Amino acid sequence: MKSIGDHLNFHASALQLRSRRNDILASNIANAATPNFKARDLNYDHQIRQVDGIGPLKATDSKHFNVAVKNPHQTLFYRQPINPSLDGNTVELSVEQLEFSENSLRYQTSLEFLNNRIAGLMSAIRGE
Amino acid sequence: MADINNVFDISGRAMAAQLVRLNTIASNLANAGNLASSEDEAYRSLKPVFETKYADEVRKNGIATAQAVDIVETNRLPEKLYLPDHPSADDNGFVYSAAVNIEEEYVEMMEASRQYQNNVEVITTLRTLMMRTISMGK
Repeated sequence: MKSIGDHLNFHASALQLRSRRNDILASNIANAATPNFKARDLNYDHQIRQVDGIGPLKATDSKHFNVAVKNPHQTLFYRQPINPSLDGNTVELSVEQLEFSENSLRYQTSLEFLNNRIAGLMSAIRGE
Repeated sequence: MADINNVFDISGRAMAAQLVRLNTIASNLANAGNLASSEDEAYRSLKPVFETKYADEVRKNGIATAQAVDIVETNRLPEKLYLPDHPSADDNGFVYSAAVNIEEEYVEMMEASRQYQNNVEVITTLRTLMMRTISMGK
């Protein structure tokens, strides 16, 4: 039987990852004018697969080795600029703003899913 | 320097840095037309030096903010004008105009205010998300 925690776990992890990515994108936007700053980003798809256990290698047996990357920071990557600037800064505001708005929208989506699941649980508890 | 923990630290400090930049621009523009009686006394435009402040020393978590660590005087030469009637003219009748490029300052002002706005936008968005997260399940 699945516990209530399992029921909410996936979207909770998604929310955490989205929040972390928002912070990283906020850092990029904050450093848009700093010379030599290199913009970074989080590989969300890769990270959420690890949370979910759906990676290229899945540990389905207790004897399997868990090959998932334990360090959550390892999947940060540097952004490749489309138009490199002379001062060595790789922040492109259009790209960062786009990613930021997309990420916050997806954060809201995850939040909505969580809310729906909680509402479902509540109605089950009340028996209405 | 205190730790950088959340978006209010990240964007808030970047906004402070942009404000320093806007203040130097205001000083430069205010002194743009000033005349001085020697080259050393003439006003030279001020520029802030920005630096990235990382949340952790090893730069692992990708969280960083900007800080204006220093304000430097540019080494541009002030313009030498021949105005013998001017009260602050030197013995040879020259006055020295402030070394400020007004167009450049305008462009920088626009960029600084735009980036300030961007940081405000980030804080507003994330604050809304936080508020919605707090009221989760209601």
